[in-house]
Formats: sequence, C-alpha cells, structure tokens
Amino acid sequence: MSTPEENGGITPVEYIQHHLTNLCAGCDPETHKPSGVLDFSAWNIDTLVFGWIAMGLVMFAAWKVGRSLTSDTPSGIQAFLEMIVEFVDTQVKQIYPGHNPLIGPLAFTIFVWVFLMNSFDLLPVDLLPQIAQLFGIHYLKVVPTTDLATTFGLSLSVFALIIFYNIRFKGPMGYLKMFLFHPFGKWMVPVNIVMTLIEEVAKPVSLALRLFGNMFAGELLFMLIALLSFTWIMLPVQVALGSAWAIFHILVVTLQAFIFMLLTIVYLGMASVELEEH
Amino acid sequence: MNITATLIGQMLTFAVFVWFTMRFVWGPLTRVMEERNKRIADGLAAAERGQHDQVLAQERAKQVLHEAKEQANEIIGHAQKRAAEIVEEAKQDARTEGERIVTAARAEIEQEVNRAKEELRRQVALLAVAGAEKILERELDASTHAKLLDELAGQI
Repeated sequence: MSTPEENGGITPVEYIQHHLTNLCAGCDPETHKPSGVLDFSAWNIDTLVFGWIAMGLVMFAAWKVGRSLTSDTPSGIQAFLEMIVEFVDTQVKQIYPGHNPLIGPLAFTIFVWVFLMNSFDLLPVDLLPQIAQLFGIHYLKVVPTTDLATTFGLSLSVFALIIFYNIRFKGPMGYLKMFLFHPFGKWMVPVNIVMTLIEEVAKPVSLALRLFGNMFAGELLFMLIALLSFTWIMLPVQVALGSAWAIFHILVVTLQAFIFMLLTIVYLGMASVELEEH
Repeated sequence: MNITATLIGQMLTFAVFVWFTMRFVWGPLTRVMEERNKRIADGLAAAERGQHDQVLAQERAKQVLHEAKEQANEIIGHAQKRAAEIVEEAKQDARTEGERIVTAARAEIEQEVNRAKEELRRQVALLAVAGAEKILERELDASTHAKLLDELAGQI
C-alpha cells in the first residue's frame, strides 16, 4: 500500500529494489549488496531469522504435542501433525524403494519448513519492513525462500544426500560406472559423462531455482500490486488484485513445498537403488 | 541474486531441523500412530473373538436348557409314578384297615349276639320259672329246683 510519495518520493524501481535488499551483515555499507555473485563474508540476517522463526513454530508445536502425546484419540495440534506425517509417509512409501529412517523426517522437514517459509509471502509486503523501520532496521526481505541461499541450501543438502546414497547403494565403482556407461552404454563414454553430469547437476539446480523463481515472482507481483497508486479509485482494484493473488498464492505456496518434497524423495529413491546393467 | 554465507547458515539450520524432526516429531508421532493402529487391530480382533465366544455360549446355553428340560421331564415322570404308587399303597392300606375294622365289628356283633342269647336264656329261664309257678300255683323253692332250671335253660 505504498506510493512513491509516501516513501519519500522514491520511484517504483527504487521501491522494489529497496524491498529486494536483504538485511545484510558483512555487505558493502554503501550499496547494501554483497560484493559479488558469491560472497561468503556476507550474511543475510533476515533470511536466517525468518527461517528460524518458521523452524521455531514447528518446534513449539512439537513441544506442545510432546507433552501430551497420546495413542488415544488425538486432538488439536497432534491430529494436525499426524495428518501431515501420514501424508508425507504415504508419499515416501509409494516412491522410495525399501525402508530408510531418514527419508520420512527429511521429507517432512522440507515440506513443513518450505511451506512455512513460503507462507511469509502471504503477509502484506510492507507490514514487517515498516515495523522494522520503526526499530531502525531499514532493509528487510521477509520471505526466506526468495533468497537463493535458502533454496540452494536445501537443494545442496539434498544433493549431498543423493551423492551419499549413490555411493552407499551402488558403491564408489558403481557410481563411477553410472557416469561412464549411463545412459548410452560403453561405446559412448564421453557423451555419457556429459549427459550424466548434466542430469545430476540439474537436480539441485532445478530444485533450487524452481522454488526460488516461484516465490520470487509471487513476491514481485505482490509488490507491483502494492505499487498501484493509493487513490480512492484504485483502492478497490488494489484490494481485489491483492486478495485474488494471495488466494492463488496459497496454492503456489503449498504446491512448491510439495514439489520440493516429492522431488527430493524421487531423487533419493533413484540414488538408493543398485546400478542396472546395460 | 547473490549467494552469500547465508547458504551455509541455512544448510546448518536445515540439518538441525531434520535432526529435530527425526528425534522429536517424526519418531514419537509414528510410534504413537503405530501404537494406535495396533490397538485398533487388537480391539477389532477382540470384538471378533467376543462374537465367536457369544455364539459358543449361546449354543452351550441351548444345550444346557435342553438337558435341564429332559431332567425335569424325567423328574416329573418319576414323581407321577411315585404318586401313583403312593395312591395305590394308600388304597391297599385303606382296604386292609377296612377289612380289619369290619372283622372287628363282626366279632363284636357276634359277642353281642352271644350275650343277648345268654340274657335271653336267663330271661326265658326266669319266665319259665314264673310260668311254672303260675301253672303250679304254688311256690316252688327256686333253690331246690335250680339244678333242674339250669338244665332247662341249657336246653333252650
């Protein structure tokens, strides 16, 4: 609901750029940006904090449920958590071959965490930044999944597990063989290496970029809607558009969390089988 | 669009979160759910067992009832037989008693008759004496003729 005038005469571009700037520790003090594409001396405080808030919500729920855990008729939060657990467990059992005690909790964590982090997108875009402004924090990017660090953090963790399970189930030689002789057999080794390498690298990259792209685009659209000039004529349009996009975004938020979880299970399931001979 | 050290932070957070979920959310919840599944299965099995037991018990009850009826019939039969016997015995007793009474009565009657006959004889003797007195128109000494009179009375 901000206009250039209200924000001290800044242009729409400045408004959006301001909203896309993280609360950064270790960034350039002038531009508030990291020094390069990869800058491991900079920390996005807001991403971390909102990630922790999302995690804290789950921990609080787990703590509340854990105090009165019952195998009788569950009620309230326990029933809700059991519903999610059952839902995730069904997916894992359908997709993942064999039994692995890590996959269930991993998928659950991804689904719940990504869902909650995405859900910050449904808060009004200016609400938390404006409140932070009152406390002297000038930059705040609320949704952690609009930060590549989060999406790549998740997908690279999954990627590490993919490599780990590949080596564990196929053996180091088997994993190597997969790169050499897959998918075209032993006469096309160079092509195989390139193909498999692309295939494997595409997994974490597509996981991270899909989630990032969806959430970033959603956030951007909320900002554009917020940029509609605040006049009495535009007010109903703004409210209608904002509501419509928010309602549609509930679907996106859930769907992206679900897709990330599902693909994680699929990738790990592919990694957890013996190498098929060609 | 930069990747910062936040990446490391988020990866660590994720690792901690996965550990936490495994330890405090997924583990306890799946355990509780399995427990509940087991309890439901047990309950259903128990219900089935109960139904089976009920059918058995019903059959058993029917059998017991049948046996009891048979026993009762037997007892009633016995009782009826016994009653008939008792009635028969009573009849027999009554008949014997009656006969005894009749016999006694007859004896008594006979006795009575004899006594009457004796009395009659005596009266007849007296009457004969009185008649004889009248006929002889003189007093006979009864004592002197007693022997004769007795003989007479005996002949009557």
